[in-house]
Amino acid sequence: MYSYLLPEFVVERREERCIRCRVCERQCANGVHSYDAERDQMWAAEQACVGCQRCAVFCPTQALTVRPHPAEYRPNSSWTREKLQDLKKQAETGGVILTGSGNDKPYRIYWDHLVLNASQVTNPSIDPLREPMELKTFLGRKPDTLKIVLHGEDVRIESELYPNIPVATPIVFSAMSYGAISYQAFKSLAMAAKEYGTLFNTGEGGLPAAMRQDYGKNAIVQCASGRFGVDPEYLNCAAAIEIKIGQGAKPGIGGHLPGEKVSENISVTRMIPQGTDALSPAPQHDIYSIEDLSMLIYALKEATNYEKPVSVKIAAVHNVAAIASGMVRAGADIIAIDGLRGGTGAAPKIIRDNVGIPIELALAAVDQRLREEGIRHKCSILAAGGIRCSADVVKAVALGADAVYIGTSALVAMGCTLCQKCYTGKCNWGICTQDPYLAKRLNPEIASQRLINLLRGWSHEIKEMLGGMGINAIESLRGNREHLRGVGLAEWELNVLGVKGAGE
Amino acid sequence: MGNLNVKFGLRDMFLDGVRPVHELAGCVFLNEHRVEIDAQGLKHKELNDLLRKTLLEGITKITVRNVYGQRYIGTRLYRPDPEKKAEITIYRNPGNDLGAFLDGHRIVVYGNAQDGVGNTMDGGEIIVHGRAGDIVAMSMRGGKIMIRDNVGYRAAIHMKEYPGKVPVLVIGGTAQDFFGEYMAGGIVLLLGLNLKENERHKAHYIGTGMHGGVIYLRGRVEEYQLGKEVGVRELDDRDWEIVQRYVGEFSAHFGFSADKILKGKFQKLLPVSKRPYGKIYAY
Repeated sequence: MYSYLLPEFVVERREERCIRCRVCERQCANGVHSYDAERDQMWAAEQACVGCQRCAVFCPTQALTVRPHPAEYRPNSSWTREKLQDLKKQAETGGVILTGSGNDKPYRIYWDHLVLNASQVTNPSIDPLREPMELKTFLGRKPDTLKIVLHGEDVRIESELYPNIPVATPIVFSAMSYGAISYQAFKSLAMAAKEYGTLFNTGEGGLPAAMRQDYGKNAIVQCASGRFGVDPEYLNCAAAIEIKIGQGAKPGIGGHLPGEKVSENISVTRMIPQGTDALSPAPQHDIYSIEDLSMLIYALKEATNYEKPVSVKIAAVHNVAAIASGMVRAGADIIAIDGLRGGTGAAPKIIRDNVGIPIELALAAVDQRLREEGIRHKCSILAAGGIRCSADVVKAVALGADAVYIGTSALVAMGCTLCQKCYTGKCNWGICTQDPYLAKRLNPEIASQRLINLLRGWSHEIKEMLGGMGINAIESLRGNREHLRGVGLAEWELNVLGVKGAGE
Repeated sequence: MGNLNVKFGLRDMFLDGVRPVHELAGCVFLNEHRVEIDAQGLKHKELNDLLRKTLLEGITKITVRNVYGQRYIGTRLYRPDPEKKAEITIYRNPGNDLGAFLDGHRIVVYGNAQDGVGNTMDGGEIIVHGRAGDIVAMSMRGGKIMIRDNVGYRAAIHMKEYPGKVPVLVIGGTAQDFFGEYMAGGIVLLLGLNLKENERHKAHYIGTGMHGGVIYLRGRVEEYQLGKEVGVRELDDRDWEIVQRYVGEFSAHFGFSADKILKGKFQKLLPVSKRPYGKIYAY
């Protein structure tokens, strides 16, 4: 506990409502609430509160309110309370400040400056409730040309086709490893992906052997710099393989899963000894160039008999378009781009909040570059990092994405409240923890249903938006920037996005 | 040139112009129960297509001659059936990623190997009668690799183990910098047989970031050559048992005298912590 810090949250208890049932005490892994039997009173140690709202939600009499602590230093636009608190933490520990989930700083969110089109008079809109509407998306490399031969009734495709994976909706769960999240949360994602006909991503923590048969076909398995849990069966049971180069929340750096989280099950799944740190180096040490990337892409294709698409995931950085072009030329079938606001289980705050570029600009730049070079069809693009609602999905597709990755949205659907304390392993919602007492709070049957509901709701909204534009297939929207207009954007931003201003 | 994308000048250096297996029959010779493949002029994928086809036909003894840089030999031989493990003998010099993700097969090379030998290898054996390039045994998780001569940079990087699966790497010569970097498990022997009397090993930053496994190093090494996460110990009886066993195997493969090798001075390098970076964060 730090000595010079103000509490971040204030816990207010309406005494007349509190029935001393001590639910709050049992629900809080941070030890905020305690019961004083002598006085028959509940106490709150506010400095330990992370604001996850678990106690407030579970209080049967709604006696609790948790809100940001009103105590303030003298107002100062430059030296904000957060900056001051971080300085004091570092003065006390000499450490690198950790945080969880995505960048929370007020960078411009371009989704909120883009508006969609709808049909009026000159072309009819479509009602998805009564007319067919296609959201099915194929992820993978497409051929340069399609040669079709007709033999009477029989139609045959002569061109060589590459492996593609169909997903029922252009929404895929992004990489969250078993280890970063609990087994229950990991399994919930897998169950929902299977049920809805989309994909989940194992992250680099491996895929437990017991899940391979049932969920492998809906898994994108990662091969990252730590190569944790990578064996030939893992690669071959999956729908696709992803080489993780970078992550939007921490471009350019590796990861450390602390030894205390490497339990017996995680040790077996990651294939490392129990209790040791799982260190993911910053680079993959067999990849120092585009040529080396090509070598690993084809090593993975060899290892899986050319039966699976290989994805390469990078963080959105300054030269993302040129890098993406190199990735496609290196043989990537899918390129995943994770933007500035992408989430994480743990990252140095200074990296999370300062490195990388917004996904909207990166996505538009990559799509544009690949089109100019005539290689856009050679890969699918997955956009990630800060997709919050179905409109963000539609706008991403219009900017050139084939599909989107959602991480934070899926966690929130399961219960997450973005308290940003994922790295402490004390997630009261049972999501980002390896403590069996906490993890069992998340029931995969219920959590997966919540995820399926989310996918269903978003998919329906996407259909409504497409129908409004007079489009009946998500394919027709891909890279179709005519359906977007910018509001409140500067000339250079409109140019990078490749969209006109509203009214133009 | 058939698949060459002329308009955009994008050529797939792995897949363009790959001939189907039935056109490669002239490179394959059946010799009793052994298949011989002449790899002269074969592309990476063509050679690996032939190896896979041969194994699927149930032939496990395979000799490949005239190998000049073909990559990924052994990589595409994963079969869920654990019975059929191949024995592949290679003459000349296989290319990068020899035995990457290798699934329990045995590969013997009479020649030098390039970068990435045994990359993320899962099981099996690779024996190289020659030298090998960079990142030998990178992220290797099981099986055995023996290299007769020197290896390049970052050998044994991030090797790992868990109960029941401990990879072994034996290097006859010396290694370059960052040897054993990030090592998380496994057993590595660096024998320094081609060093002169009292000449020190070449590598700097040995075992930097090491947090598991063990390196047995024969010959002279100065303290400044070691990473700061590494501690030096004397060998105990159990260590000698391990060293004798693998030096014995190594000598049998390459025709050295095990006794003579064991007379050298061995040191044991261990990580000082399982959590080298556990204290750098403020929570």
